[in-house]
Amino acid sequence: MTTTSLLRFATAGSVDDGKSTLVGRLLHDSKSVLADQLEAVAHASRNRGQEAPDLALLTDGLRAEREQGITIDVAYRYFATPRRRFILADTPGHVQYTRNMVTGASTAQLAIVLVDARNGVVEQTRRHAAVAALLRVPHLVLAVNKMDLAGYAEPAFAAIADEFTAYAASLGIPEVTAIPISALAGDNVVTPSAHMDWYGGPTVLEHLETVPVVTDPDAEDARFPVQYVIRPQTPAHRDYRGYAGQIASGTFRVGDRVTVLPSGRTSTVSAIDALGTGVDTAFAPQSVTLRLADDLDVSRGDLIAPAATAPVPTQDVAATVCHVADRPLRPGDRVLLKHTTRTVKAIVKDIPSRLTLGDLSHHPHPGELAANDIGRVTLRTAEPLALDPYHRSRRTGAFLLIDPADGTTLTAGMAGDAQAAFAPVAAVADDEGWDF
Amino acid sequence: MSGNGWTLSHLDALESEAVHVFREVAGEFERPVILFSGGKDSIVMLHLALKAFAPATVPFSLLHVDTGHNFPEVLAYRDRVVAEHGLRLEVASVQEFIDDGRLRERPDGTRNPLQTLPLLDAIERHRFDAVFGGGRRDEEKARAKERVFSLRDEFGGWDPRRQRPELWQLYNGRHAPGEHVRVFPLSNFTELDVWQYIAREKIELPSIYYAHEREVFARAGMWLAPGEWGGPKEGERVERRLVRYRTVGDMSCTGAVDSDALTIEAVIAEIAASRLTERGATRADDKLSEAAMEDRKREGYF
Repeated sequence: MTTTSLLRFATAGSVDDGKSTLVGRLLHDSKSVLADQLEAVAHASRNRGQEAPDLALLTDGLRAEREQGITIDVAYRYFATPRRRFILADTPGHVQYTRNMVTGASTAQLAIVLVDARNGVVEQTRRHAAVAALLRVPHLVLAVNKMDLAGYAEPAFAAIADEFTAYAASLGIPEVTAIPISALAGDNVVTPSAHMDWYGGPTVLEHLETVPVVTDPDAEDARFPVQYVIRPQTPAHRDYRGYAGQIASGTFRVGDRVTVLPSGRTSTVSAIDALGTGVDTAFAPQSVTLRLADDLDVSRGDLIAPAATAPVPTQDVAATVCHVADRPLRPGDRVLLKHTTRTVKAIVKDIPSRLTLGDLSHHPHPGELAANDIGRVTLRTAEPLALDPYHRSRRTGAFLLIDPADGTTLTAGMAGDAQAAFAPVAAVADDEGWDF
Repeated sequence: MSGNGWTLSHLDALESEAVHVFREVAGEFERPVILFSGGKDSIVMLHLALKAFAPATVPFSLLHVDTGHNFPEVLAYRDRVVAEHGLRLEVASVQEFIDDGRLRERPDGTRNPLQTLPLLDAIERHRFDAVFGGGRRDEEKARAKERVFSLRDEFGGWDPRRQRPELWQLYNGRHAPGEHVRVFPLSNFTELDVWQYIAREKIELPSIYYAHEREVFARAGMWLAPGEWGGPKEGERVERRLVRYRTVGDMSCTGAVDSDALTIEAVIAEIAASRLTERGATRADDKLSEAAMEDRKREGYF
């Protein structure tokens, strides 16, 4: 069997930028749409009086979406080429754009930001780039769409690509891949365009197939949140005590000297079981079971890390957050904080600022964060947490705030100075009535 | 793991993710249960659960929602697996609900939509708080919107507009009394992934997944098998054909496809070349309307 790798990516675009068409085109031209699905789309298109099959209907799955012709919620799509498997988080550009894009971007290794070649970089484009930067999506693609309506002209593309790349650089994004496309006509999505000889780069699919997804776990601090303690207590495994979990970052080797947090006790990795096979080394994101040489008290919620690079547990958390719930977040709110496998009580101490994504300005002391707002928050937790700064680890630097009353997910959090990229922008006085 | 050191193959990545989901549920819930139909997805799901907790046993019981229209090969497989791994099996029976008048047979004879009530009844009776399903997001447009952890209200209902955003790998399993969470560890598997994983792990399947000669009759463009559930109506002619099944569900609405794939390699080659989705090819119940799956899910179906 051929071994292929997996790429998770997200798409972002405003309402009329043709995102659904791009996604439909990617699925269709990579032959991931099967005959019965196409027939259903053709049938639905005819029912609406459209002559050609509307590829956007491939992705609008819910009744309300088809009725209103809009995408309501993040959907996940799957397609494959002989080189790679793809999981696409298809995030709507609509009203609730920020939380949806944050959701899609949280697990993405690559984000495609779509712009209309006739409109160029608009406020929404800057928002999407800023969210990708904030969530630390490793690769960013600018797809300049509707080139067919811009005469397939290089200057139109180059101007947009230059403006976007400069903006991305100001966000701390080192590299952008800009691709001129027409999702409707199929230019440079899967097949190279016959209309744009001046473009020498990859098609969207070619780029998705070849962008490097290999990270170097040896360069990361190793982190292992304990999920579950496995104790068979059967005659064959009387003394087996394994700590099950998914390696969040880095590598673990048999013989590693490790610390268990928050207790701070140390031991040595005596064995690693990789789902049935004993191994000497394991790396993120493998699900494994670690065994330790000493009989320590370790339970769900603890973190195992190399003694030399273990994080310092803290009860005071400063973070950048995206508020995802409809009810606002306010100072004084009592919440639950879920970090890796550990959930603790926390209180919102302060909301020092709210970010306006359009111009990256900080509004001091907004009083609350409403749905889709991004801001700085300080929290005090009831128990110490072994947090890493988000810029060091997207896994152990991330957390959720949860409403203890009904379990609603309130807020997506990124610990530490995740906003390094936004630091140079000066705070701006608030005049929109947020000071109360 | 693949040759170049620090990359997981796509199957290893999917496996690792599914195991993570099983362990999260084991860590956070009181009374989880695995829905097990004897179909390939639930078989893969159980295989992953066995790996997640080895060398200990799976800390969940199984629940089979029995439509009463079963392929005998599948029931035999179910009972063998339960015995082999020392598992506990609960059965929720559609037939019992029909017999005591709580459900009525549909005019079209299909029992798939009738599974919802016995399922919800079993969840309530056993106070299950997490229910694993083998649903995959590639199956259907409404399922593409499904979360890995999907909160259901006290009526078992799914409201796609009120789903919790699912961020990073931080699954929120909080629920109020009476509510429960449906959990889909195979969310990111496709049909082909499932088959490749079955091949790699050498997982045994019920024999009906491979080509065999069987008595079938044509109805609505599908090959249906006669059986205890009923058989051909007037004008429907039974013939012997070489067929296999791509999905296994209720006999009354699960169709067979013409196939000479006797081995898993042949099955994989056949699926890779197929121009039909598995549901399009073999599931009558999804053809009822454009939103059939969404509507059933809203009522508590998987």
